[in-house]
Amino acid sequence: MTEFLLIDWVLFSALAWLSIGLVGVAFPRNFTLISRILFPLGAVVALVLALLALSGLLAGPQVRILPLGLPDLPFHLRLDALSAFFLLLLGATAAGISIYAAGYIRKGEGTAPGLQCLLYHVFLASMAFVMLADDGYAFMVAWESMALSSFFLVTSEHRHAEIRRAGYLYLLVAHIGAVGILLSFGVMAGSTGDYTFDAMRDFFHEGIWPTVAFLLALFGFGAKAGLLPLHVWLPEAHPAAPSPVSAMMSGVMLKTAIYGLLRVSFDLLHAQLWWWGILLLVLGLATALFGVIFATVQTDMKRLLAYSSIENIGLIFVGFGLTLVFKSFLLPNLAALALTATLYHCLNHAFFKSLLFLSTGSVLHATHERNLGKLGGLIHRMPWVAWLALVGVLASAGLPPLNGFISEWLLLQSFLFTSGLPHGYLNMLLPVFAAAVALIAALAGFAMVKFFGIVFLGQPREENLAHARDAGRLERIGLLWLAAGCVLLGVFPNVVIALLDPVTRLLVGSGLRAAASSHGWWLLAPISEDRASYSPAIFLGTIALLMPLVYWAVNRYYHGRLKRVPAWDCGFPLQTSRMQDTAEGFGQPIRRIFSPFLRRTREHPSPFDAKPRYRSIVEDPFWYWLYLPIARIVEHGTRLIAFLQQGRIAIYLLYSFVTLLTLLVLTRG
Amino acid sequence: MSPSLSQGIPLASQVINLCAAIMLLIGFAMLAQRRVLTLINLFMLQGFVLFVSTLIVALTTKQNHLLWSAGLTLLLKVIALPYILHRLIRRLSVKWDIETLLNIPTTMLIGIALVIISFNVAQPISQISGTITRATIGIALACVLLAFLMMITRSKAVPQVIAFLAMENGLFFAATSATYGMPMVVELGIALDVLVGMVILGVFFFQIREQFDSLDIRHMERIKEE
Repeated sequence: MTEFLLIDWVLFSALAWLSIGLVGVAFPRNFTLISRILFPLGAVVALVLALLALSGLLAGPQVRILPLGLPDLPFHLRLDALSAFFLLLLGATAAGISIYAAGYIRKGEGTAPGLQCLLYHVFLASMAFVMLADDGYAFMVAWESMALSSFFLVTSEHRHAEIRRAGYLYLLVAHIGAVGILLSFGVMAGSTGDYTFDAMRDFFHEGIWPTVAFLLALFGFGAKAGLLPLHVWLPEAHPAAPSPVSAMMSGVMLKTAIYGLLRVSFDLLHAQLWWWGILLLVLGLATALFGVIFATVQTDMKRLLAYSSIENIGLIFVGFGLTLVFKSFLLPNLAALALTATLYHCLNHAFFKSLLFLSTGSVLHATHERNLGKLGGLIHRMPWVAWLALVGVLASAGLPPLNGFISEWLLLQSFLFTSGLPHGYLNMLLPVFAAAVALIAALAGFAMVKFFGIVFLGQPREENLAHARDAGRLERIGLLWLAAGCVLLGVFPNVVIALLDPVTRLLVGSGLRAAASSHGWWLLAPISEDRASYSPAIFLGTIALLMPLVYWAVNRYYHGRLKRVPAWDCGFPLQTSRMQDTAEGFGQPIRRIFSPFLRRTREHPSPFDAKPRYRSIVEDPFWYWLYLPIARIVEHGTRLIAFLQQGRIAIYLLYSFVTLLTLLVLTRG
Repeated sequence: MSPSLSQGIPLASQVINLCAAIMLLIGFAMLAQRRVLTLINLFMLQGFVLFVSTLIVALTTKQNHLLWSAGLTLLLKVIALPYILHRLIRRLSVKWDIETLLNIPTTMLIGIALVIISFNVAQPISQISGTITRATIGIALACVLLAFLMMITRSKAVPQVIAFLAMENGLFFAATSATYGMPMVVELGIALDVLVGMVILGVFFFQIREQFDSLDIRHMERIKEE
């Protein structure tokens, strides 16, 4: 062994996760050990990994060859700026989620805690290995162990048939995607037969082969990321999983797909074609629009967040596509801007979506209810969760001074520079896309208002909500960590952009460090000061000044003059919590506007019904447009083949007899 | 010995050809036979003919390992297996007539067609083979195919197993006639396979009868995925 490099430390933290998991499964009965020692220890390891990755961003690429695996096929590992950035994302998010999970896991809920500890830490370690892998073989091993461990985590409560179904769907899509990735590596390895990424970088691809490799990778990684139309597993699997797992999957696992596609398209393939970028733009926009529309009409809080994840992944892909377009037209500065927006949004989404998923976990534990129609008024019972979730909601809605705003603003900024593209049609088309991004951002705000308003504000809709209790201490620490991340990422954008500089330099050959640092830490001007600038500090200061003023003014001039008198009650002598706006009611305008996109079945009660029930089910049209036809074709095909299975031994023997005779006669001829 | 050897080759090869003809005849006889007991006896006879022909090939060509094969054939196919089969049908009391899925004359006609095909197919192999028994490759192949046909046309489990064993006989015959037998290890392996297979099938017979009160495999048609 030569000198001890940074990559070895990263490797050790991944191994530390694995050993924590093994200790957990070795003492499955010792619940205190698992929840009070092992999970917090995992959080510490995550924090260490984040710090290591932070220094890895600035260090040069490091390689290591592990003598593991099959004979003559060792694992190649490599730590460069891109993998360091995603490791940072993993470590920073996992630190919060692990500490939350320490307080969240209960005995007798789903899989036994010891096994859950193992699966959770294997999941974390395999994600770290995905980022580190430097050959197709190691990558696929890590990728598949990630898929399998997360599958078992999703099906933690496997006694419910619907959860088993969700898990199966997830596993199916994950494996179909993995086939795409494998084939893409095969194409990129070309005729060399060498599956190390180094060999793929050096191999020059001709003709249509780069495009084939890119499309296969897009299919494979798109299935993992939840790109349209491969998104169907997401709204099923996320609600089924325990909340820390949903947070981990949505916050980090979806980003491994972004990492993979970035690695393939910028690092392993040399030249990018501009229409790849347009394809990603269109797919990303469709995904984001679809996700946000469905998020607004959901009535299950975790499903709403899952659709919101689809929307955010769509936005990330929009930025990705824009980067590809700029890169292919040889505009490295603009490509760096778009890529910064993309990576920044990855980081932001990891923080705020984990925060929101974890807060749904606390609500779920306190109320045993996922249905928005049976929640409400929880801000009085669970102030910690409510206020911290508010931070996540505001960040997710893209409001300043939180982090969601920065990345969406940078994304829109990069759209504003598309007029410089040397392509007529694109110049006309891209502003339309920018408008669509703005629409998506607005609808995301609507969905988030719905989520927060229905769950935490108003009156409790059910009586048992009065017994809801706030999150425990460890859960609060986890939520606080993530909320603090949302605030800090929003207030210090220049620091983050400077950190992203090595990544963009590696991928597109340019960076924003100079632009970011030229105006001090308080003013962000990505291209030039006279084009556009944003100062989070001034924003924060103004809000901090105005808030008490508004609060005081409202109290003084509005509530101060209000008299509580039961007069005619405005024609409502009886007011119950049932009369509040419901989740369905709040989403109704959007549902009407976008009704062509939705597939909806409704049951209206008859006027004479003594116990009227109203039911409205909104379904994903892709089931009917795409998946069910495919399923029917497959079923039809198998029925044709099943005709061969007659059940009579004589017929089976006849098959081999005829085969034998035919082969004999054929060889004779 | 050497002068008698030069005269002996045509005689030996004639005897081998005779054996081959008898094997084929027994093959047809088994195809046409309706009684289980007679079927076992025919199988025993076929094994004996196989033993004789292997022995003659071994003696004339001085292939010592073929002597072992011949001994094995005698022990296994002439003594052990028929004994097991006899005991089996006595314990299962299935000496009844066999129902065939196809009537006997049609089966015989198909059998003749198979013989023609196998002769036709075996012709090029005989031409490149350098053994004294090369003329019998076609017959050996025909024996395999006839046994296969028998397996298809019988609806009871015991005759099917006998057909399976007869097929192995044909295969063994083909091996000796084309290349003077397979390597010893392979032959031992096959012999063991046949014996073990026989034991397992014996167990299966009892299980099948317990389940369906009959050894008619038509009862098993419903064991399939709907």
